[in-house]
Amino acid sequence: MSSRRSRSRQSVSTRITDEQINELISKLHAVLPEARGGDNDRVSAAKVLQETCSHIRRLHREVDDLSERLSELLDSADLNSAQAAFIRSLLM
Amino acid sequence: MDSKSSACSSPNPNPTLGPSKLMLAFRFLRALSLVRRTTPASSRTCRGRRIERAAYASMAYTAGASRAWSRAVLRRLHHRARRRAVAPRRLSTTAGNRAEALRRLVPGGGGMDYCTLLEETADYIKCLSMQVELMQGIVDSASSYGP
Repeated sequence: MSSRRSRSRQSVSTRITDEQINELISKLHAVLPEARGGDNDRVSAAKVLQETCSHIRRLHREVDDLSERLSELLDSADLNSAQAAFIRSLLM
Repeated sequence: MDSKSSACSSPNPNPTLGPSKLMLAFRFLRALSLVRRTTPASSRTCRGRRIERAAYASMAYTAGASRAWSRAVLRRLHHRARRRAVAPRRLSTTAGNRAEALRRLVPGGGGMDYCTLLEETADYIKCLSMQVELMQGIVDSASSYGP
């Protein structure tokens, strides 16, 4: 545990330290698909936030597109057997 | 004494994998069946929208009430007053207006402090990814079974 604490000059009631924020940014970076090289130590927070936003927008679009595709597939009678097979595959 | 800010402690140490994936699958597939039964085949756009809502609902129910983003999603779905709109923005003054774009993307992001926003975002992305994987999996299965 680092000895540097509470470098924050913000109000006493919140006590959000830069360290804590860096840690959360790192965790966020770890969830993103693109892992640039191996040095994840000093990733620019602004960069991470930007990539996070792009990633979320991309995911929203995918949900949108997949919803449309599923609405087309709902008509096919084979969806039930596909669903059953899918669930089985999840259980294995 | 350990002086950890309560805003930054993680209440949910369990990763959302394994049983959650199954729960998500059951919920979503059940919702799909419901949409199929109750929406006429002619209104494809309507179906698409309902499926999308089912996707976010399944996600949120599976994540549970312990997450701010899932509560926000469920609130929005139940009221349905606005379509895919932004949560009312109450900019928290303690953490400043950082990450405005992110706040607009994460459900309930407008009212969170910065730390919570970062935590919630990570969880939201995990759950979103899981939902997308699930939907893609269903589409793939259906395609391979197709006529």
